[in-house]
Amino acid sequence: MTGAGLGLSTPRVGGTDRVTGAQRFAADIAIEDVLHIALVHLDCGHAAIEEIHTSAATGIEGVVRVFTAEDFPNPVPRFGPRFADRPVIATGETKYHGEPLAAVVAVSKEAAADAAAAVRVEYKELPGVYSIDDALDPDSPLVMDPGLRTGDDPLADSNVRQRWDWGWGDVDSTEAELVIDEIYTFPMVTHFSIEPHTFAAAPEGGGVTVWSSIQHPYFLQGTLASLLDLPISKVRVHAPDPGGGFGGKGFPKYEPLVAMIALELGRPVRLVLTLEETFQAVRRTNARLQLRTGFARDGRLVFIDAIEDFMMGAYADIAPRVISKSSYFAAGPYKVESVRAVVRGLMSHTTPSTAFRGFGAPQMTWAIESQMDAAARALTIDPVEIRLLNLAGPGEEIVPGDRPADGDWRQALNIAAERVGWGEPLLPGHGRGISVGLKASATAGASYCILRILHDGSVSLIAGTSDMGQGARTILSQLVSENLGVPMERVTLVMGDTAVVPFDYSTSASRSTVFMGSAVVDACQKAIAELRGKTAVQHKVSVEDVVFTPGQISIDGAVYTLPEVLNDVFGAVPGEIIVTGSQRGEGDANHPLGGPASFYEVSCTASEVWVDFETGDFELVKHITVADVGKAINPQHVEMQDEGAAVMGLGHTLMEHLILDEHGRIVNLGALDYRIPTFKDMPATMESVLVENGDGPGPGGAKGSGEGGLLATSPAIAAALSQATGVVIKDLPLTPERVWEAMHGGDEGHEQ
Amino acid sequence: MSPTESAITLTVNGSRRTVRVSPSTTLLEMVRTRLELTGSKECCAEGECGACTMILDGEPVNSCLVLAVETDGSEVTTIEGIGGAGMTPLQESFLTAGAIQCGFCIPGMVVAATALLERIPRPTESEVREGLSGNLCRCGGYSRISAAVMAVAGGNAAT
Repeated sequence: MTGAGLGLSTPRVGGTDRVTGAQRFAADIAIEDVLHIALVHLDCGHAAIEEIHTSAATGIEGVVRVFTAEDFPNPVPRFGPRFADRPVIATGETKYHGEPLAAVVAVSKEAAADAAAAVRVEYKELPGVYSIDDALDPDSPLVMDPGLRTGDDPLADSNVRQRWDWGWGDVDSTEAELVIDEIYTFPMVTHFSIEPHTFAAAPEGGGVTVWSSIQHPYFLQGTLASLLDLPISKVRVHAPDPGGGFGGKGFPKYEPLVAMIALELGRPVRLVLTLEETFQAVRRTNARLQLRTGFARDGRLVFIDAIEDFMMGAYADIAPRVISKSSYFAAGPYKVESVRAVVRGLMSHTTPSTAFRGFGAPQMTWAIESQMDAAARALTIDPVEIRLLNLAGPGEEIVPGDRPADGDWRQALNIAAERVGWGEPLLPGHGRGISVGLKASATAGASYCILRILHDGSVSLIAGTSDMGQGARTILSQLVSENLGVPMERVTLVMGDTAVVPFDYSTSASRSTVFMGSAVVDACQKAIAELRGKTAVQHKVSVEDVVFTPGQISIDGAVYTLPEVLNDVFGAVPGEIIVTGSQRGEGDANHPLGGPASFYEVSCTASEVWVDFETGDFELVKHITVADVGKAINPQHVEMQDEGAAVMGLGHTLMEHLILDEHGRIVNLGALDYRIPTFKDMPATMESVLVENGDGPGPGGAKGSGEGGLLATSPAIAAALSQATGVVIKDLPLTPERVWEAMHGGDEGHEQ
Repeated sequence: MSPTESAITLTVNGSRRTVRVSPSTTLLEMVRTRLELTGSKECCAEGECGACTMILDGEPVNSCLVLAVETDGSEVTTIEGIGGAGMTPLQESFLTAGAIQCGFCIPGMVVAATALLERIPRPTESEVREGLSGNLCRCGGYSRISAAVMAVAGGNAAT
């Protein structure tokens, strides 16, 4: 196999190991003499810990030790990507159902689990903040210790952790023919990576080595170095390819606990979360979005006046960024005269929410797009037409003064409409909906790589992206192959070890192809320059006379293959070309988000449904996603990702939501009770279409992709449902019960 | 060795193995830790996700729900036992169809699909979807996985 040019669907690098079971995920890696950790938590959301009795647990054969807050420095160290508010282990109280308050270490998983069950905790359940209404109620308890807030925070005496006020123009003086005023809710949903989060640690070389299923190993390395007061070089993070991440494995969770236990015991330890514990560890930020949207008679969007509440959870994690970055784009991909958005990030006694594919944009899109459909109905304008009228064209601004539209989004919308058969007659019980979603990509960050051309002309690329299913190894190998002319099978990727692999900011925001991809191209160019320079010296010609084309060098008509060139320049003593590549986004300190987005990820979804009027259940007859990707380096990979995102979007649209009881307990813990899409939930027809205009900042004009397919899923399906049934639903998920109740005049209400 | 452990003998991927297991050890745990075959994955640990699928005496099972002691005298095939030296046409088909994203569910999918094709050599697409509906894929690769299976069903394998 040779040739891996940009735009070719070469098979997945690493695919063979995945299909044969040879791929080693974090829990598959053998660690000699490893001890096993099981966590202890309480059966309620908010409680004061009074006494922890560990003697029964420590008496169980095989138990090494039980750790509680008392075994850690006082005060218990805290960490977090935005604020250092999360303790390594619960101290004094537990703030969410599942927060660990003790960790049992034993020689076997069985003994650890038995002992965890034998830890007896005296506790007092406390009133909890379990909903957005609770969080906004001044009589509710404060989730966060006001002492942890910095400076003179005027919000310290409330459960509002942070507030943002976005806007432009003057909403109050903007005239509108039609004002749609509605409230939309988006539920808590969990990532449900099939690989449960897995952590291990061992003391090593005066520092610590950690294994984690993490997406951002360098962030973890920095967190641990800071918590443990170690130089970064003494913290080694092994980050084997995650078995799904979707944002849930981005930032540190229980790694600090595991690392501190390993150092205290002087032995390797491992913690593999149960699936139930992963539900309690990560989720999407739920939201209530109240939008007053003004339209002119012709359908022009003239103002958005919004109050947007997002429930972050017990610790902030990265949720403030999720909220600010998504809500800043208050009108999504549309041009609008004036905006006023009051946005609040609320603390609650629930699982801390974190990044989740789409990073807040699915929540925003649900409200913005549902309003567009409401306006289309009220003004009797076609839903495609009202969107075409308002979408920003290439170069037009969506936030004044900020990065303008960088794609032909109307083209994408038109393709989606055409593919779904927009305007064609519908069968009874059928309906169609269409929607557009926008997500802003990374505003700053850096990616570095090392490229080695070995003396036989094969290539080793050392790059810190996490290949969590998006196919980073494939894309980066293709870039090397394309630029250097080295066959794919002679390129090897080295990833996932911070001791060896240079810094990469994160694997998130669909940034890897653009950032790390550009770093790889940079490295290739430097390698070519070095090859030409060395060849020129060897042949005693000027560099300009040495012509590189992929795979070969020619001098005055004589052609040399790469291995010949390397043999030539190094002679009898083998050597190699070693170069680094980098791509940095410096951001802009004066920008509200720390910098403009490096590109926009825009996706259009069009869906046709058939509704069973008897039951409220409905089937997806056709589901189309169109992604504006600039350039698909590997079209099959991009389509796989986009389809996968669409399927994930079906989850929060049709069935998924974490349900809390009055004690703040998640009552639907587990695969069957929670339910994610299965084979049987697939649309009868599903298509992914790519728009490639080469207008992105990445290699070949690529933009990032892979999140887009879920941005606009919910409003498209809800609109299709509305067309079929005549009812409008403003709360997700669109369960058969909810649909049936809406169709039969029930009070659909607003669940929180 | 704990006094409650007992020795069982079974055939795993064609090799006879004798293993000492405790009464509560699952087939999955035994295969992953005692036999060090880590291709079978653990996710839900309660028979709801299919990541641990193995073939036990000809039938696909959630190995997290089977006690190791029950498999004494049985024949077990894990993902490592599918294909022998090379890959099966089904495995090749997963690769070409683009059915693999993160890959964590894939060993279970391959084993379940292998068992499905043994039971129904020429399945319809809906039989494939039904037959694999106990295997969850959060990357959402269902369409391509079912296409990969259909491509080799009934000896459709491109040769």
